[in-house]
Amino acid sequence: MEFQLPEYNLRMMLPEIFLFLWALVVFLFDLLSRRRRESAVGYLTLLGLLICGGLLATTGYGRGFGKMFFSDPMALFFKIIFLGSAFMAVGSSFGIIKQKIVNHRGEYFGLILLSTVGMMFLASSQELLSLWIGLELTTIPLFVLAAFFKDDKLSVEAGVKYFVFGAFSSALLLYGFSFLYGMSGTTEIVAMKMNLAALFIANGSLGVVPLVAMVMIIAGLGFKLSLPPFHQWAPDVYEGSPTPIAAFLSVGSKAAGLVAFAKIFVNGLWAFWGAEMAPNDWGYLTGILACAAMIYGNVVAIRQTNIKRMLAYSSIAQAGYIMIGMVAVNEWGLEAVAFYVFAYMFANMGAFAIVAIVEDKTGSCQIGTYRGLSQSSPGLAACMAVFLLSLAGIPPLAGFLAKYKVFAAAISLAGRSQDYTWLYWLAGVGLLTAVFSLYYYANIIKQMYFSAEESPYRIKPNPPAVAVVAIGLIGVVLFGIYAEPILQFVKDIPAATGVIPR
Amino acid sequence: MEFPYLSSLIFVPIFGMVVVMLLPKENHKAIRWTATIISLVPMLVTFWLTWDYFVNFSGSAAMAYQEGPYSWIPSLNVQYFLGVDGISVPMLFLTGLLSTLSLLGSFGITNRVKEYFAFFLLLEAGMMGVFVALDFFLFYVFWEIMLVPMYFLIGVWGGPRKEYAAIKFFLYTLFGSIFMLVSILILYFTSEPHTLNMMTLIETCPTLSHSLQMVCFIFFFISFAIKVPVWPFHTWLPDAHVEAPTAVSVILAGVLLKMGTYAMLRVSWPMFPDALRTLSFWIAILGVIAIIYGALVSMAQKDLKKLVAYSSVSHMGYCMLALAAFSSVTAIAGCMFQMVSHGLITGALFLLVGVLYDRAHTREIAAFGGIGAKLPVYSGIMIFFSMAALGLPGMSGFVSEFMIFVGAFGALSKVLVGISVLGVVLGAAYMLRMVQRIFLGEFDMAKWGGLTEINFREIVTVAPLMVLTVAIGVYPAPLSNLMRATLENLVTLMAR
Repeated sequence: MEFQLPEYNLRMMLPEIFLFLWALVVFLFDLLSRRRRESAVGYLTLLGLLICGGLLATTGYGRGFGKMFFSDPMALFFKIIFLGSAFMAVGSSFGIIKQKIVNHRGEYFGLILLSTVGMMFLASSQELLSLWIGLELTTIPLFVLAAFFKDDKLSVEAGVKYFVFGAFSSALLLYGFSFLYGMSGTTEIVAMKMNLAALFIANGSLGVVPLVAMVMIIAGLGFKLSLPPFHQWAPDVYEGSPTPIAAFLSVGSKAAGLVAFAKIFVNGLWAFWGAEMAPNDWGYLTGILACAAMIYGNVVAIRQTNIKRMLAYSSIAQAGYIMIGMVAVNEWGLEAVAFYVFAYMFANMGAFAIVAIVEDKTGSCQIGTYRGLSQSSPGLAACMAVFLLSLAGIPPLAGFLAKYKVFAAAISLAGRSQDYTWLYWLAGVGLLTAVFSLYYYANIIKQMYFSAEESPYRIKPNPPAVAVVAIGLIGVVLFGIYAEPILQFVKDIPAATGVIPR
Repeated sequence: MEFPYLSSLIFVPIFGMVVVMLLPKENHKAIRWTATIISLVPMLVTFWLTWDYFVNFSGSAAMAYQEGPYSWIPSLNVQYFLGVDGISVPMLFLTGLLSTLSLLGSFGITNRVKEYFAFFLLLEAGMMGVFVALDFFLFYVFWEIMLVPMYFLIGVWGGPRKEYAAIKFFLYTLFGSIFMLVSILILYFTSEPHTLNMMTLIETCPTLSHSLQMVCFIFFFISFAIKVPVWPFHTWLPDAHVEAPTAVSVILAGVLLKMGTYAMLRVSWPMFPDALRTLSFWIAILGVIAIIYGALVSMAQKDLKKLVAYSSVSHMGYCMLALAAFSSVTAIAGCMFQMVSHGLITGALFLLVGVLYDRAHTREIAAFGGIGAKLPVYSGIMIFFSMAALGLPGMSGFVSEFMIFVGAFGALSKVLVGISVLGVVLGAAYMLRMVQRIFLGEFDMAKWGGLTEINFREIVTVAPLMVLTVAIGVYPAPLSNLMRATLENLVTLMAR
């Protein structure tokens, strides 16, 4: 047998390579410049992300490293989300950098970039092992970042907790992968799909092994997505880690988990989702987790007094909504997932940016701190209200359109066949819990607006943070009213990932 | 292209909101007048539309002044599609008029004036949008947009329990909306080709299976019934009304409640005639319960504003009764008359309650007595509207109730209509008792000697309502001619 070296096609990987090198530049710059200008390294990071975005735009579609590295619409779209959330996380970090981090600014920003590289790599990989490596590259820098306030017990606790849970979930994931590899003899997702199908046709059934593999993988990714019952780490980690890192965790890292999920299940195992595959299908299990996430996240968020914890539970719930789109495997499903994450990025990063701004000024994340904010800082309060209303899904903001698409995906699939009518119930649970969610989002608005007394804090945010809030605001409003270009873009995603409409 | 009248109704208030937000915070006078003057534009446009519709379009049931359908979000088949017919024109008229009057009635707001007027204009844009939208997505968007300013208006400027009332209103209505959203999505995916265009769906929906019609009908009904509010979904209303500032109560009673009945006539009634036939008896029962229950509860109220609020439940019950008698044009016309007349009368009553509250700082009925001697003009106006509310002949309330009873008597169970007529007696009882206890009897000079008479601005806010109440009461023909063709068409659609 003649062995052929695969075509490397490094050009496809240019953005990732660039960002990796830029991370090293950021480390070095901080070291060499002797930390004279406190914000310089931050601006350098932002610049790197912008250039990387430019490179991404010029790269185009294609593949490299044989069949390992794909640049397709889904990869591109999610890379935009990763870069966007990294940009917004870095932009809202300037206050913390100034006040709390003196000696490790380069590390802080460099690690964010490295984690972003991991996410981007993950989004492009079409193969289980490189996917897993991408996921590890995403999370390992985040362990460090979560524990970045070394003298703060909560932050250290967050780091350790995240590390223990993360390592455990990675192991589970890898174990699940090993079953899939054992059955199909390949780690390449498309080939795996073919081999499993051939095996199924030959034997008439696949036994219980795929079920074990799926449970392992769903559990492993469930940790990343913080779906109950694998969500326990999320509130503590969000509370303890630096606020921009919590934001990055809730958007970037979650989006990475979603990409992995979409690649393995929606792309690789989509034929396993269906009544004919019972009990080996992953649809029910994911649906139950989504329900649990929406109910648990939304109900528990109501009781929170710390805004970061509240947003943590809210992000658990939001993951539940996204999973509805994931379960609805048809031409609407993945589109809905992609658009939801996109809309969620603007609203959630914006909300966290404001939390960071308020925390820089007041040192507190208690919801009571926001009392009367609308009178001392009307602009900030108004933006926060818009972000929260978008998260709650009130039109005409982007969050509403995202929810609309997700529920539309579920209902369209539910209407097609008797086997899927349970998706009506899933959508029903989602809609009902969306009403609950309004209660706690509105609670923040109530604190900011309904109080007669004026807040004692006069907040003057720094320019990058203002820019982040502005990006969030523009994204939430613009893509609520005029979302057509994005919707057109996400239309290509299901076709590119091989999902055939049911 | 013709001038986009309907879009102007939506976007002029939004423009006004932006202008108000740009004004300096301290200059209360400028903010108030800017908002009021800008709101004159949509008001005059609605007046002109009413006149022009009456003259040129009232002969046919077709949509007039159509804008679109323009593609808004092509990949979701969402269109920007506006149009009006005989049931939306009176509602637009009411919205335009009451918005301006309420803004005029809000000059007493001294706290956070800028935000108040900005939210108010946003609210107006949302209301106008609901009455002109002919695309389901657009309709839903406006239906929801309105909740946000309402939440703020009740929550910031409301009474002692404002926070509770505001969130209750918001959650209740949102709860209803999700049912609407599910139905909209089901209709979208069952229609072939997929569409959100209401006009197309009215044509195609009656061919759906009976069970699907029932599901969609009930979902829409829950959503709209919460807005009306139909017993047993009414509990948000007394809280919201009592805590809301005066002008917001006016809008709530005058326009928001009508959205529920309007949406029933626009959407669920013509779309699901099968389901309507199956359920009309139960809708009538709900209507009768609302009429009697609302009246009885009103009678027990100690707070003047609460009394008016519960009387709204009772009055909207008549609308539900009329809607249940869907085979009768008279009843449906009565429903429309009742919507307009309740908007005028209850709007005025809330304004007047506000006038008294501003001076006396209490709304407890028992605290007053003999006010008629001290404030003759105010008392005269208040008694006028109380009489209108209890259905005195010669005023609009009588016309609408009469039409509803005549229409429903032929179309519904006579026992039910017989019971609901009792509501008129009960209505007279609570209104007259209230008039007696506040305006007649002994005057407490020590306590109320300082009360001042209603001022010119306040008279200006209620005078147009008085004129219209009498005009419709004495000569209802123009209004009924304006609606006739549309209503006849609706009744044939519902008879499919």
